[in-house]
Amino acid sequence: MISNREKIKSLSLSALLCSVALILSYLESLVPPFFPIPAIKVGLPNLVIIFALYKLGFGYAVTVSVLRVFLSSLLFGSLLSAAYGTAGALISLLIMFLLEKLNCFTAVGVSIAGGVSHNIAQTLLAMIIMNTNEIAYYLPFLLLSGVVAGALIGVGGAFIIKKINIKERFF
Amino acid sequence: MERNPKQRKIKNDIILTASILIVAVVVFVAVLFVSQKGGYVEVKKDGEIIGKYPLSTNVTVEISGSIGYNLLMIEDGEAYIKSADCPDKLCVKRGKIDKNGETAVCLPNKVTVTVIGGKEGKSDF
Repeated sequence: MISNREKIKSLSLSALLCSVALILSYLESLVPPFFPIPAIKVGLPNLVIIFALYKLGFGYAVTVSVLRVFLSSLLFGSLLSAAYGTAGALISLLIMFLLEKLNCFTAVGVSIAGGVSHNIAQTLLAMIIMNTNEIAYYLPFLLLSGVVAGALIGVGGAFIIKKINIKERFF
Repeated sequence: MERNPKQRKIKNDIILTASILIVAVVVFVAVLFVSQKGGYVEVKKDGEIIGKYPLSTNVTVEISGSIGYNLLMIEDGEAYIKSADCPDKLCVKRGKIDKNGETAVCLPNKVTVTVIGGKEGKSDF
């Protein structure tokens, strides 16, 4: 049995991480999209996700990721962006979890795989929703942007993972 | 060098990144290869073809989508979305298109405008 104390701790820790991720989504929504292609952005909230994945495990990462996508779509987006966001977030999280468990890539490599799989998942969903396959035209740019965004988040994430010992501070 | 696990991981990172980039370049070259100047634009809403216009004649078409409109212009053999009332205006920023398979997409309106070939009528994507 998990004690009440443990429950309260994990609840407040998830809420804390979720609010940090939401603030990062908000900051990112202030930057106008300057590329003529949807979905090209760095994905700052993923700093929190990769931190949660490495430091606290898959459970926390899924909780924070799903809540973050849902709330940020509610606040800054639409129902459609919730669908795209959830698809991208869950697929990329699953890929990152598997690669992390494999233990043959650094956090940067895991994050790059996450960024790329996020973009591929969104492209596939767009192809299904709009019932057209012409969007595949964007794929090279989305792969490239996934690599760049994933690398940036991975480098930042690796730094945070090394610097903040959340278990020691929180538990 | 192989014995250090950290270095091995970094090596794997580089292999992973390089293979993704190679795939991106291959897809890009493939796209360039099939892109020839097209003859028509095909307008789709929600996956249904709702119009086909030749690039050779100048026209202005108003497309009504799920939440608003997109104004399609065809001018001097090129097609572009002149204005739209969707929030992000990504279709307008896409600019002029005239090659096979090039697409201007409006996600909020579920509208796509695609350049297609003259005779075959469909680029093989």
